[in-house]
Formats: sequence, C-alpha cells, structure tokens
Amino acid sequence: MRKFLLPTLGLALLLAWPFIAEKIGSSALITLFTRMMILGLAASALNIALGFGGLVSLGHAAFYGIGAYAIGISTTHAISGEPFLGLVSGSNLLIANVLVAMVVSGVAAAIIGALALRTSGIQFIMITLAFAQMIFFLFLALKAYGGDDGLTFRRRNVLFDLNMRDDATFFYVTLGFLLVWLGICARVLHSRFGLLLGGIRQNERRMQAIGVNTFRLKWFAFIISGMGAGLAGALMANLGRFVSPDLMHWTTSGELLIMCVLGGSGTILGPVLGAFALIGLEATLNTWTEHWQAILGPLLVLMVLAFRGGLARIGGRKP
Amino acid sequence: MTLVLEQLLNGVQLGVMLFLLAAGLTLVFGIMGVINLAHGSLYMVGAYAAALAAKLTGSFLLAIPAGLAAAALTGMAVEYLVIRHLYARDHLDQVLATFGLILFFNQSIILLFGRQPLFVQIPPFLSGAIDLGLFPYPIYRLCIIAAGLLSAVALYFLIQRTRLGMLVRAGATHREMVQALGVDIRLLYTIVFGLGALLAGFAGLMAGPLLSVQVGMGEQILIMTFVVVVIGGLGSVAGAFWGALLVGLVDTSLRAFLPQIMRGFMAGSEADALASGISAMGVYLLMALVLLIKPKGLFPGHA
Repeated sequence: MRKFLLPTLGLALLLAWPFIAEKIGSSALITLFTRMMILGLAASALNIALGFGGLVSLGHAAFYGIGAYAIGISTTHAISGEPFLGLVSGSNLLIANVLVAMVVSGVAAAIIGALALRTSGIQFIMITLAFAQMIFFLFLALKAYGGDDGLTFRRRNVLFDLNMRDDATFFYVTLGFLLVWLGICARVLHSRFGLLLGGIRQNERRMQAIGVNTFRLKWFAFIISGMGAGLAGALMANLGRFVSPDLMHWTTSGELLIMCVLGGSGTILGPVLGAFALIGLEATLNTWTEHWQAILGPLLVLMVLAFRGGLARIGGRKP
Repeated sequence: MTLVLEQLLNGVQLGVMLFLLAAGLTLVFGIMGVINLAHGSLYMVGAYAAALAAKLTGSFLLAIPAGLAAAALTGMAVEYLVIRHLYARDHLDQVLATFGLILFFNQSIILLFGRQPLFVQIPPFLSGAIDLGLFPYPIYRLCIIAAGLLSAVALYFLIQRTRLGMLVRAGATHREMVQALGVDIRLLYTIVFGLGALLAGFAGLMAGPLLSVQVGMGEQILIMTFVVVVIGGLGSVAGAFWGALLVGLVDTSLRAFLPQIMRGFMAGSEADALASGISAMGVYLLMALVLLIKPKGLFPGHA
C-alpha cells in the first residue's frame, strides 16, 4: 500500500491546488503549476527513450516545438478560414488539434529516429541535437508562420463547453492529459514491449542474439517518446496562446534531460517530480536574484557529482 | 569568379576557427572520453578577457596573452574541479554537468560585463586590405587563416614528435598501461584539457574583432564545432582539421550563394528568408549525411 501513498497524496494536492492558490491569493501559482505539469509530461515522454530505452536524446525540444507549432498553425488557419496548404482546414478543437500535434511529431520522430538510431553513444546525442537545430532554423526561417516572432492566437482551443479562458479549468484539463499519459506509459512499459526495451538498455547484443529486432523496438520507443513531447508542446502552446522557435531552443532539450535525471529516469513518476523540482527551483531562485542561473548551474554540477551510482544505470555505457 | 574565391577564403577562415575549437574538443573526447558542452564557454572567456585587456591597455598584442592565459587557466580549473570527476561516468552525466557549467559561465559573464555586447577594434597594423592579385582581402582575416594553419602544424608536431604528444597518444589507447609505467595521468589530463582550452581561447580572442563579443557566443559556435568533430570522427585531430574546413566552406558558400540562386525562383524577400533558413540548416544536413554513410565519421580513430 505504501507504494501508492505518495502518488495519491500528490494527486490530492494537485486536485486541490487551484483552491489553495486562490486562498493564498496568487492565481499566478496556478499557471506555474500548469507549466510544471506540461513540462513534466514532456520529461516523462523523453524518459521513454532515455530511461527505458537508454537513448540519450538531446533533440526532444524539436518534437515539443513541432507539437506546439501544429497547434499554432492549425488554430491560426481556423481563425483566418484559409485551408492549410490549400488542402486541410484548420481547427480550434483541442482534441482534434492534440491528435494532429501527436501525429505530426510522431512522424518527425519516426524520420529522425530512423536516421539517428543508426548511430549510438555520443554520435546519437550529437545527431539528435543536429536534427533539432535543423528544425529550429527551419521554423526561424518560416516567415509565413511568424519566423522568429512566432505566432500568437487569442483564444485557447475549445474542449466541450468548458471555459478554457479560466486558468483553473485549463489546469484541470492539463492534469487530465498528464494522468492519461502516465497511465499509457505505465501500460506500455509493463507490457512485453517495455520489458524487451529494458533488456535492450541493459545488453543490446544479448537481446539481438536471442532474436529480438532491437532497432525496431528502439525506433518505436523513440516515436512514442516524440509523440508525448508533441502532446506536451500542444498543451504549452494552448497555455500561453503563443508559439515561437524559442520553444525548440536546444537548452529546452537540456532542461528536459535534467528533469528526467533529477527525478529519477527509468521510473514512471520520476520525470514529473523532476519537472516540479526544477521549475520550482528556477521560480524560487528567480525571486531572489535575476542571475539565478549562476546558482542553478553549480547546483546541477553538484547534483551530478553527488548522485553517483544512482545515475549510472541510465544511458548507454559506451566506451 | 573573384567573389567565389573571396568567399572560399572566408570559408577557410571560418574553418580554421572551427578547427581551433574542434581540436580541443576532440582531444578531450579521444583521450579522456568526456563530452564537454562547456567548451564554448572557454572560447567566450578568451574573447572577453582579450576584449577587457585591449580596452584597459589599448594594445592588441597584450590582449593575446591575456585571452590565452584566461582561457587556459579557466580550463584547467574546470578540469580540476569538475571534469576530473566525470571520466568514469556515462555521457548523460557529462552532458548534464557541463550544461550546468554553461549556465554558470553565461550568467557570471552577465554579472561581470552586463548583457551589452563588447566591440573590439581590429588593431591598426592589421586593418585594411591587401591586394591578392585578383581582389583585395582584409589583412586581419588572412592573419587568422595563417594563425590557424600554424596552430594546426604546431599541434601536429606536438602530438606526433614530442614526448608529451607520445604520452597523449599512448594515454588515448592504453590508459592503464601508461599509468602503470609511472606517468602521472591526472596531470597529463589537466595539461591536455588546458591545451584544448588555450586553443578555444585563441579562437575566441581572434573572433573578437570580427564578431561582437557577447554572452551566448560560445554556444553558437559550439554546436557547429560538434558538427565538425562528429563529421571528422571523434578523437581524431586530423579529422577535426578536414571536418572544420569542410564545414567552414559549406556554411560560408551556402550563406553567400544560396540567396542569389533562390532569387532565380521566387520573390526577393521570401527567397532571402528561405535561403537563410536552408543555409543555417546546411551543416546539420551535411552531418546527418556523413553519419548515415560513415556512422563513425570520416576519420574514425584516436588522436
């Protein structure tokens, strides 16, 4: 039973959070927690590749950004009424847009993964970073969709009859998505697929020897991971009603990695905890000093140096 | 034609700058197995120290040793305090710790110098252009090319012909054996890291008068340096050299010629935007291509 105690408490706290925040009199805290949940979802998505598949990707900001842009582009087309590429009309329905975002980022992950997974170790880190940079520069140059200014839209996407302008409502919608995502993660990772993936992480050659198509499994893991990041991007676009290439800056990929490791990659809830911890830390340090990164940086170094062994089980142990 | 030649020279100039950074990065990886995201920060430290020295003393010649010393000392301190503990770790730990170092260095520079970029004058004795027969070319850029090529030659001799280089090569392939023979491998690592930092600082101080010296300059060039190192083959200094020239030439020529080519197909402003996007993507595309054909890079192997 103790296994469920802390998650249940955490969930209870989250369910009550909008009321607590109202009581404290700071509704900005609701948005802050929404952001934490969205980044937690993104980190949890990265964790499927990183913690369970042993694939250190430094390019997940790309899928996150693609998911966000899918929302931005679809919503602007819905507002203007012009069909996208003259073919498909845009939409402002949240569910439809989220599905589009996940499909598009999944396709991007399938293409990038098929190429990047031919390498391993450092080369894999670098090639994922390179692809993410390519996509970053692509959107930077995409003047039709705002270029480096990004896209702004006035209203959040519609979900049933909910008042999405209300931050508390959007908080619960995000929480719902997060719970569904974590449920899917748990299902997938406890399936045969998840167990095989764990085997590949620990000893790929042995898995190959017993006849597992390791490339295909890693590829699937990478695609699912990219789709999750796209879902997070879609929610983030709705939260701020704004998308820009900044979302896919390579430091975002770095921060997602930090969240995973901070919370414990290779666990279902770890990355979400890591996201809460990192964003919370950033927000706290930010109230002390504008130069909070000068404190966060050394803290990060200390974290890595101190957590020996605990961190060692993740990531491919390549020469 | 002359324009093409001039752009090719610019490409070589970018190439040698990239080489100075890539050489340190690839040495550190080849010998110590560490991936150092903070290498660009050492480039930035060199650039800032040189800019500060030039401003205080008014002399570019004094700025050179200042930039070199600042970068090398910072590098050795970083190795001693942080990198040394990462040798036996996996790459993820190295990425995270050096990512933390980037945050620290960038923010410290903002604290010390503010967010405004610094501008450094080209020293008077190197300003102006020299006639190369077909077209005039800035002396300062020629000097960078010469300095970069000289550094490459010096590095070659250092690694292939000296005792230190011998130890470096030996340490890259048989770490334990070298240690067993009584070599202080930790000191050797610190020296190699310092050397890499020195080269990065050298690139930084030379870049100062060409680009503005600002926070974030390190990361811009760092990601390109990674492309160079991966294309060249991790751990290979020769690979870093040819990779750097290739990347420098491809990047410069795409930026120079693509807009004109694109304008042949579409309206001016759209063509410019699209061309700038594609040319920014060009080197990453090149890297993806190389990795797909040769997953270990063009010159796989050790230093």
